Amino acid sequence: MTGATIARTGPDHRAAFRAATFGDVLRSEWVKLRSVRSTFWALTTTVVLGIALGAVISAVTAHAYARFSVAAKLSWDPTGVSQAGVAIAQLAIVVLGVLFISSEYSSGMIRTSLIAVPKRGRVLAAKSLVFAAVTFVVGEVTCFVAFFVGQALISGHAPRAAIGDPGVARAVVGGGLYLAALAVLSVAAGALLRHPAAGIACTMAVALVLPLIAQALPDSWRNPVTEFWPTQAGSQITSVYHSAHTLQPWPGFGVMCLFVAIVYAMAWTLLDRRDA
Amino acid sequence: MIEAHGLVKRYGSTVAVNDLSFSIRPGMVTGFLGPNGAGKTTTMRMILGLDAPTQGSVTVGGRSYRDLPAPMREVGALLDAKAVQGGRRARDHLLCLARSNGIPRSRVDEVLRIVGLEDVARRRAKGFSLGMAQRLGIASALLGDPAVLILDEPVNGLDPDGIHWVRTLMRTMAADGRTVLVSSHLMSEMALTADHLLVIGKGRLIADTSMDEFVQSSSQHSVHVRSPQAAELATLCRDAGATVRAGNTSPASAAPVAGPDAGTDPDVIEITRMDSAEVGKLAAAHGITLFELIPIRASLEEAFMELTRDSVEYQATGAAR
Repeated sequence: MTGATIARTGPDHRAAFRAATFGDVLRSEWVKLRSVRSTFWALTTTVVLGIALGAVISAVTAHAYARFSVAAKLSWDPTGVSQAGVAIAQLAIVVLGVLFISSEYSSGMIRTSLIAVPKRGRVLAAKSLVFAAVTFVVGEVTCFVAFFVGQALISGHAPRAAIGDPGVARAVVGGGLYLAALAVLSVAAGALLRHPAAGIACTMAVALVLPLIAQALPDSWRNPVTEFWPTQAGSQITSVYHSAHTLQPWPGFGVMCLFVAIVYAMAWTLLDRRDA
Repeated sequence: MIEAHGLVKRYGSTVAVNDLSFSIRPGMVTGFLGPNGAGKTTTMRMILGLDAPTQGSVTVGGRSYRDLPAPMREVGALLDAKAVQGGRRARDHLLCLARSNGIPRSRVDEVLRIVGLEDVARRRAKGFSLGMAQRLGIASALLGDPAVLILDEPVNGLDPDGIHWVRTLMRTMAADGRTVLVSSHLMSEMALTADHLLVIGKGRLIADTSMDEFVQSSSQHSVHVRSPQAAELATLCRDAGATVRAGNTSPASAAPVAGPDAGTDPDVIEITRMDSAEVGKLAAAHGITLFELIPIRASLEEAFMELTRDSVEYQATGAAR
């Protein structure tokens, strides 16, 4: 605590000067993400609930399979059933993604962050990339475990899927991709709205609730929503069975990515222009 | 070196900073002084690229802050000590900032030691007192071993030991050839730290002066005299052009002998418009015995209030209309 230890401006130290890079910002955001407890709990919830829910739904529907109608048997998608947990996992991802940036606004940390990294686009990009990467890994672990657990539970009661079947590997990997896209959307929405509660509520509403409400609408309204609503379209990548009024997996995921890109661009523009 | 040219910041119809130009030089502590709401923090936010100026520009080392390649290595800043996320441990807070500028992990432990927080490095910041938070904020400002230090009210919430430490820190940094800008609304604090003063009121620059000049120009000198022949001396001084008051006020800064009856002592007079040397010579020439001859300065706090009175008055008048 003495003044003498402060001065460390030897020529060696000054020579070690180098420009801060995007990689530095990525490492910084990684430290931020791993150093708060909410991250651990939200991701644990994602994995545990994702696998457990998938297992329960797989077991229950497989036991009911014998009593299914012919139409229901024709649309039987053992892969999609085992991935049902993704629906609950995405709640945790949305909350965590929005909070990852909006909690910096509510605490004032954002000012410290932007003083450290005044090139603001880097902060948003690094946050999105780090969180999407972590979500992708967690999502893939969840989806693969859920798939194999689910198929084991389905086996013997209903037709099961194998990872080598057409479209199955894509659907399982797609679960992680869908969650990663949702992760970027959540971070961007958090940057756009800045208030944690508003950010979580809006993202939940747009991504998850509105498409469900649309199910109550007449067909002429419901079908385009099911087909083109970004998160609905994006989730096609997680299913093997192709139902009516839905896009193909990759085009559907493309629609979602386009929507994410638009929200991201808005967030980037506003972050750059607004006073912090 | 921080240079501002015609800085203006408007929030809607409110003008927070109005045509501010200054340059802050290295090797000294520059005090940034002004009453609450004068625009000190807004100015600092513009220096640090958090707020975009409505007009004008400000540069650090010749570049706008956003263009600095390694910002933390060049500028260390503390704006708001509470601007940390409470759930993060002190060490992790510093580590994420260090990482963002490619500063090695070892420097984190070093600054924790410098600010005296090594024992609580693993505690989460939400349990920190304001004083500890200030130290953590100062630690983050020191991370990059910066050439420019910008501190907004750094002694807020610190105990006397901490205040002394911050003063020493700023003096050491300045002596090391760095640029140090520190804001305060307390003149007494500045008097002990700053070499140079930048005074603003209502967003306008009121004074840009060295501390010594400020003291000289704004201090009201008077001389406190205690003499058995006070009445005689008073007449002589008046004849010489001075103003003499009965010593009904004991000199606040030099009143060790003023008893409870100081207010009514007929032997005490207070002389203005004549310095103590002149009073002494006059007394000697006329064989007047002096018990006390004390030069009195108006406190710097009073001088500061005198200087900023216009901007405060303007504010009051504006509100009344």
